[in-house]
Amino acid sequence: MSAPYAKLPAWADYGLIPLINLAVAFIVAGFVVLLIGENPLRAAAIIVDGALGYGQGVAYTLYYATSFIFTGLAVAVAFHCKLFNIGGEGQAYVGGLGVAAACLTFDSILPWWLTFPLAVAGAAIAGAAWAFIPAYLQAKRGSHIVITTIMFNFIAASLMVYLLVNVLKPAASQAPQTRNFLEGGQLPKINWMLEALGFSIRSAPLNVSFFLALLAAFLVWVLIWRTRLGYEIRMRGHSPKAAHYAGVNEARIIIITMLVSGALAGMMAVNPIMGDLGRLQIDFVTEAGFVGIAVALMGRSHPAGVVPAAVLFGILYQGGAELSFEMPGISRDMLVIIQGLVILFAGALEHMFRPSLQAVFARLPRAGGGALKHGGDA
Amino acid sequence: MAAEKQRDTSFDQKIINGEAGPHMAEAAIALKGISKSFGSVRANRDINLEIAPGTIHGIIGENGAGKSTLMSILYGFYQADSGEIYVNGERALINTPSDAIARGIGMVHQHFMLVHNFTVLENIILGAEGEPLLKTSIAKARSELERLERDYGLEVDPDALIEDLPVGLQQRVEILKALFRGADTLILDEPTGVLTPPEADHLFRILRQLKDEGKTIVLITHKLREIMAVTDNVSVMRQGELVATRETADTTVEELAELMVGRRVLLRVEKGPATPGDVLLSVRDLTVEDSRGVKVVDNVSFEVRAGEIVGIAGVAGNGQSQLLETITGIRRAVSGTVTLDGAPVELTGEADAADLRRRGMAHVPEDRHNMGLVLPFEESENAILGYHWQERYLNGPFLKIEEIRRDAQEKIERYDIRPADARLKTANFSGGNQQKIVLAREMEQDPKVLVVGQPTRGVDVGAIEFIHKRLIDMRDQGKAVLLVSVELDEIRSLSDRILVMFAGRLVGERNTEATEGELGLLMAGVGEKEAAE
Amino acid sequence: MDLFTTLVFLLDSAVRVSIPLLLAALAGLYSERSGVFDIGLEGKMLAGAFAAGAAAAVYGSAWVGLGAAVLVSTFFALVHGFASITHRGNQIVSGVAINFIAAGSAVILGQAWFSQGGRTPLLSADARFRAVQLPFADAVSDLPLIGRIYSDLLSGHSLIAYAAFLLVPFTWWVLFRTRFGLRLRAVGENPAAVDTAGISVAWLRYRAVMCTGILTGLAGTYLALSQNAGFVKDMTAGRGFIALAALIFAKWRPVPVMFACLLFGLLDAFAIRIQGTPLPIIGQVPVQFIQALPYILTVILLAGFIGKAIPPRAGGVPYVKER
Repeated sequence: MSAPYAKLPAWADYGLIPLINLAVAFIVAGFVVLLIGENPLRAAAIIVDGALGYGQGVAYTLYYATSFIFTGLAVAVAFHCKLFNIGGEGQAYVGGLGVAAACLTFDSILPWWLTFPLAVAGAAIAGAAWAFIPAYLQAKRGSHIVITTIMFNFIAASLMVYLLVNVLKPAASQAPQTRNFLEGGQLPKINWMLEALGFSIRSAPLNVSFFLALLAAFLVWVLIWRTRLGYEIRMRGHSPKAAHYAGVNEARIIIITMLVSGALAGMMAVNPIMGDLGRLQIDFVTEAGFVGIAVALMGRSHPAGVVPAAVLFGILYQGGAELSFEMPGISRDMLVIIQGLVILFAGALEHMFRPSLQAVFARLPRAGGGALKHGGDA
Repeated sequence: MAAEKQRDTSFDQKIINGEAGPHMAEAAIALKGISKSFGSVRANRDINLEIAPGTIHGIIGENGAGKSTLMSILYGFYQADSGEIYVNGERALINTPSDAIARGIGMVHQHFMLVHNFTVLENIILGAEGEPLLKTSIAKARSELERLERDYGLEVDPDALIEDLPVGLQQRVEILKALFRGADTLILDEPTGVLTPPEADHLFRILRQLKDEGKTIVLITHKLREIMAVTDNVSVMRQGELVATRETADTTVEELAELMVGRRVLLRVEKGPATPGDVLLSVRDLTVEDSRGVKVVDNVSFEVRAGEIVGIAGVAGNGQSQLLETITGIRRAVSGTVTLDGAPVELTGEADAADLRRRGMAHVPEDRHNMGLVLPFEESENAILGYHWQERYLNGPFLKIEEIRRDAQEKIERYDIRPADARLKTANFSGGNQQKIVLAREMEQDPKVLVVGQPTRGVDVGAIEFIHKRLIDMRDQGKAVLLVSVELDEIRSLSDRILVMFAGRLVGERNTEATEGELGLLMAGVGEKEAAE
Repeated sequence: MDLFTTLVFLLDSAVRVSIPLLLAALAGLYSERSGVFDIGLEGKMLAGAFAAGAAAAVYGSAWVGLGAAVLVSTFFALVHGFASITHRGNQIVSGVAINFIAAGSAVILGQAWFSQGGRTPLLSADARFRAVQLPFADAVSDLPLIGRIYSDLLSGHSLIAYAAFLLVPFTWWVLFRTRFGLRLRAVGENPAAVDTAGISVAWLRYRAVMCTGILTGLAGTYLALSQNAGFVKDMTAGRGFIALAALIFAKWRPVPVMFACLLFGLLDAFAIRIQGTPLPIIGQVPVQFIQALPYILTVILLAGFIGKAIPPRAGGVPYVKER
């Protein structure tokens, strides 16, 4: 810890190291592709082409990215307070209840643009509520929030199955899902936007919640860096002692942060439910909550990093789907591996390359000498 | 005189003490040219030290003087950057604690290295089990332990859980642990810090007995009284250097105190006489306990008036930190009252530092790095820490970033903080400039009471002068200033009244005329009566 | 079916369900007792199950399958160790990563090697660990009570199942009666005490995570080679997390771990059995509620409402020599 390494310039710290980590994750993933006898470079080309090469692909990429922006922001906000919210999956799942409640109640009487804010509010409230108990237990009783949020993911899964099978399912139906929403409960697609850019799109679920996601990213930036609350959240995250000294109530900050985080995760539900499926159904989250962890780690918890990281995972999800057509050996599970590798190298091993990089910088003629010298008789 | 007496009474020490200094061949431990740096901090610089066998050798110095680092190097917990270690005249390569243990060196750490939910016996055999199965090793250890207990009078229930034992007994387990490993040389790092005076006396009896059995003891402490009470020789460390070694019998508390603190260039602070006004801060019968229920502030009463600086002198660790934290709303008190400008402060409930700030209490904390600043924040963000709720920084829930930066930039110029960049990360400022950031923040709030802890710790000389001048300015503006510092010079040159704190109590009050020796004795816990003798 | 028969069958299926939980929870116990939190039990178990299924399919031997499972799980455990011990990374993040890498790799490699949609081929009897009939199981099965319990409940499990239950006293013995166990427990509570006693904290923790790897390998083998005849995608289905819950519920102690796993196994078996049938007095209990009960109980325990689950003191914190 006290090794005499040169300090890294900011661009290396925030740009180079994450890039190296990401590159290593992809190289290891490339080895897995090699292992199963395919060409990793061709696989990469197929992914990029499948995700960005034509309108349909781009629309799907952005549709997936929409969900990941929400879950990534959820994890990122909690990280700023040094909380690990691993429960995004469950919070998003329960968030679906809020969306369904708004849509099932109002889809016959209100137009979509009035149902939309109600559904967003419902999703946020439901997601926040699901985060509240772990938050409260962490703040007031010191229960490890990682474990409680994991447990709440499973509890959410059971709860949702119960509700869908026993409460929300129309009597006549067999499938564990709500009735289909009427027009007032469905969001308009925004594929025209891409078409205006010259792409052609048959049908893709990209919808107005994409804008909501971008807005959420901006608002999170405002919250964290431009409000008193965000200032207090960061204070607690960096130094609980300083927060105590500054008179900030730690329990209150923990709970509020988790409510915000849960609300963001919950809002993810709007995208698939109102934007694509048009009903609440089992397992609609499809692990977006967990992708959020990778997105937040890669984006270094900054909205300006989370959005591109979410798009990158959108590319992987969409391109990965294409890849499984082209290379039958590579199913979409390849994404899960990449996701894991990104979490490993950008998260758990984020500092692995720092010492060697610092050594390299120390050896550079200009940066090195002065920075290495220390302990003068000041 | 005293030295002769010592020579007469301790017959087995005659030869060693009679010579100018022990030969290296005879030294139980000899350190040659030991240096160690942590990053840019030089904890030990070219230390040469010889410890005669069968003696108790004290190492004294202020907190941060490098005593513990030096002993951790001897114990193999850290590796020296350079230098050599000799054990009984033989060059010893000590790279890990097991090397030290093999050389017969044992250490009792300041924070006990015990497993709280293990029994005494389990703790003692940990790492010295001898064989893969515990059954036989425990049985062997039990009889060995009985022998040690008999030989040294160190009784302790071998089957008791550590967490159920009082600290005094836990320490005994640490000593037994070292003896069990066959230690000939025993290092004790600030052993009395956690002990009550009777427990400390008992420890000293044990140490003397160990010495009589032929063990060599190294006692690290910052308490002069202990050095005088129990050691044969004493080495003084200051700022990473070993500045002197004396025979205890030949030295005095005054000399040691001076060596510890050093003859610093006394910074002349220009100040006129104080004109004290109303009482702004009043502390009555304040008692504070730590998490273990030990009284760290014991029935303390004093007041600070407008326009005066009251200094609290004392060796670090005598309750000053806790006193500061309690007054400023960070720590809870057990009993007592604190009054701020005539209105009482809530002490036993949910203490609220923010509320106290609103009422005019500014606080420059002792722990600048963890408490006073958030190092990853940009300078301007730290410039409002604790005052971020003020309306001038807020627009509803939003921070007025431009206003905050402008305000910070102003303070930067007024306090000559360098580099003059309010958007720079705070970690990139030097210690002195970081301290100025804190001072600027707290002083510019126009407080009624300013509580300052260690204002110049780790601060360069130029900044010290500036900080001292600013503190005097605050006084002259009619603020009540409470200053806590372990730097006696600082206390003497700034304060209008000096209170001395020892073992959680205020043991004396002096005016600016008090001599360093007089204060030193009080700080060493030599009471008023004894000091007069 | 009479009540007794129902009970025996219920208990029997509870035991079957609880075995992978027990192995995984004991696995977690080694790591967490040494101060390395492990939420990657799920992933390691899954990787082990895949390796067992794949190797057993290729070599036609259950034992080769077991060996492969142990190797692969241990590899992932070492990755976790590398991140959290050597590089002092975040142990939670590392565990999450391993869960994903394992889940993805199993399917991708399975598909590439066997082209059965991520499954491994259906295994023949020889390539599995089949039920072992205890001596005289048939002979005594007609005896009332004891006979039934012996032949239907105790007999007829696979070798790994018996091994799992033997591992409970074994783990207890290792933990509390050997030098390794003493040091393992010490390093999880106060690594500095271990360090100053002249023992390498890193090497001790590496050995602990290797134990975790071996046992998760066993757990995976049981899933793939005993409970099923091959590997199926997502076959752990959250068992690694239930095992984690059981470990916490048992406050990181071997014998209570066994009872916690049996309890959670019983809840599971019970949930399957009561599906749709109302209970006396309580009436209809949603099956999902019973499925969620292990998690709910763990949260209540963590909240300190029924006793207090105090994790090893140094758990989750990378060891850095203090200055």
